[in-house]
Amino acid sequence: MGSRASTLLREEEIEEIKKETGFSHSQITRLYSRFTSLDKGENGTLSREDFQRIPELAINPLGDRIINAFFPEGEDQVNFRGFMRTLAHFRPIEDNEKNKDPTASEPLNSRTNKLLFAFRLYDLDRDDKISRDELLQVLRMMVGLNMFVSQVLRMMVGLNMFVSQVLRMMVGVNISDEQLGSIADRTIQEADQNGDNSISFNEFIKVLEKVDVEQKMSIRFLH
Amino acid sequence: GETTWLKVWVYLIVALLMVPAMFGFSLGISETYMKILIKTLEWATLRIQTVNTEQQILKSPSFNGLIQREEGSMEKELGELRRSRPKSPLGGDFSLSDCFYFYRRGVEDIVEDEVTQRFSSEELVWWNLLTRTNYDFHYISLKLTMVWVLGVFVRYCILAPLRIMLASIGLTWLVIGTTIVGFLPEWRLKSWLSEWVHVMCYRICARGLSATIHYHNKENRPRKGGICVANHTSPIDVVILCNDGCYAMVGQSHGGLMGVLQRAMAKACPHIWFERADMKDRHLVAKRLRDHVNDKTKLPILIFPEGTCINNTSVMMFKKGSFEIGATIYPVAIKYDPQFGDAFWNSAKYNMVSYLLRMMTSWAIVCDVWYLPAMHQQEGEDAVQFANRVKSAIAHQGGLLDLCWDGGLKRAKVKDTFKEQQQKMYSNMLVRAVNTCIHFDSI
Repeated sequence: MGSRASTLLREEEIEEIKKETGFSHSQITRLYSRFTSLDKGENGTLSREDFQRIPELAINPLGDRIINAFFPEGEDQVNFRGFMRTLAHFRPIEDNEKNKDPTASEPLNSRTNKLLFAFRLYDLDRDDKISRDELLQVLRMMVGLNMFVSQVLRMMVGLNMFVSQVLRMMVGVNISDEQLGSIADRTIQEADQNGDNSISFNEFIKVLEKVDVEQKMSIRFLH
Repeated sequence: GETTWLKVWVYLIVALLMVPAMFGFSLGISETYMKILIKTLEWATLRIQTVNTEQQILKSPSFNGLIQREEGSMEKELGELRRSRPKSPLGGDFSLSDCFYFYRRGVEDIVEDEVTQRFSSEELVWWNLLTRTNYDFHYISLKLTMVWVLGVFVRYCILAPLRIMLASIGLTWLVIGTTIVGFLPEWRLKSWLSEWVHVMCYRICARGLSATIHYHNKENRPRKGGICVANHTSPIDVVILCNDGCYAMVGQSHGGLMGVLQRAMAKACPHIWFERADMKDRHLVAKRLRDHVNDKTKLPILIFPEGTCINNTSVMMFKKGSFEIGATIYPVAIKYDPQFGDAFWNSAKYNMVSYLLRMMTSWAIVCDVWYLPAMHQQEGEDAVQFANRVKSAIAHQGGLLDLCWDGGLKRAKVKDTFKEQQQKMYSNMLVRAVNTCIHFDSI
């Protein structure tokens, strides 16, 4: 008559995860419950489909990028350690951690590591630079296809209209490619200091120095 | 010898359980059982609590939540993120930190979301001496283990066989009784007899599950010519509701044992069974429902608009089909008490037979049924809004969370339109809407 959720997670593992991520014992066991409930294949790892089964995540414009962040380079499965390591970036920065031993390695949820996490979500090819194309990709994901265009296209397909019969239509569009392009250009212009037309990690940090990253990239875990 | 022993046993069953069930009175046996059960569970809970405080294993007060979310809207959150940047004179409000909002929301949803938890059983705060609900509880004491072992014996060796027998008797009687009634000509007596046979059999089945049901506001009970809608947790919902009234069922025609049951029931009084192919045809379904409802001599239709079983912590989207035929809607809220047995049918995990066996080996089924006042579609209200209004009333009464998500997400993917809504909202915050002319000749 032991506890079910923790039987597959040994105490030593919990201690290791605690040291690496800073989560408490009860948080780790509860997150393990969550991990196993998402793991429909019951093989101890999560695939991308397991994440996409969460409806709120599936409708998040940057959902695919976020899911990607959990998977190590080139892999299709993530185990519980990897899961926790990624979640650890979103732990709040508590006061006592600021006074910790300075020789210890930087915790996963430090301001710099939070910013690095966000930076990597832009920098898909991992060349440590956000290029104009990469910025445009993210912008396009957040903004979507010109919505009314997709609606009209859907309507056309539904009504089986001949293209030649379709004349000029006045439609409202969200954002055109040109507009996105100029937004991307302006963003890079503001951030780029060494003139290489892309944003490095240091430039990224500089641009966001006034943003309250500690609060905005943190999740309030209970107990 | 052996046969007299068996005879005595059978007569005892008939006298003590079936006869009261048939005529709707109670001998107090179930009540006594429930009292003993409640006392035992209270004792067990107290034991667990004392041991937990001794060992300082505390259940956090916010047991049901892993995280505390930011309740801000997209506008508010993005506004705060962008405050650090001076407004660009060139127009457009993009900031590299905009995506923080989406990232955090996404990771919050990975840790805890509103939907996927509805498709698995509710977690209990304190253990109720059933192995199946033992998620995170540690070994407590020898006494508790002994009680648990006793419980296993009682549930599997005494209660389960008894219940299985009762259920079989009940269902057999249903088939025989309805077939007999079906042979009668169309007198007033026929419908009265049919109702009596149905209710009696459902009562026997309810005994078969040790079901204790509290009906509230009986004056609002569904009447003929209307549609009764309720939240759906399990097939047992039908037994629960039919213990206090007669309904016309709607559903797919099955083969095998279910089919025998369905055909027999339909002989005694009109139910609405569809062929699998016809169920897809919305107009056909609506027509048959409408015809049934317009005939004021026919029983109220029982429909579960969620379309699938949810775990009784929330009410999910109601399908609008029943709400657009203009009938009177009688909403009913059903809430099970999870302490005595988990009534939720997780159809992904268990098939019908293993589910029923789990039911038979639970302590009991305890639930509350609230009959809500009749509702009608109002002027200027479309079927979806009407459905949502009814859903809110049921959720509010049953103490359940009112969700807009589709129960069909148990198996299907979410529609892209929801993502497009998010994207549109963000676009409006990026650039003030600009009208552009699109030329399609080039396509």
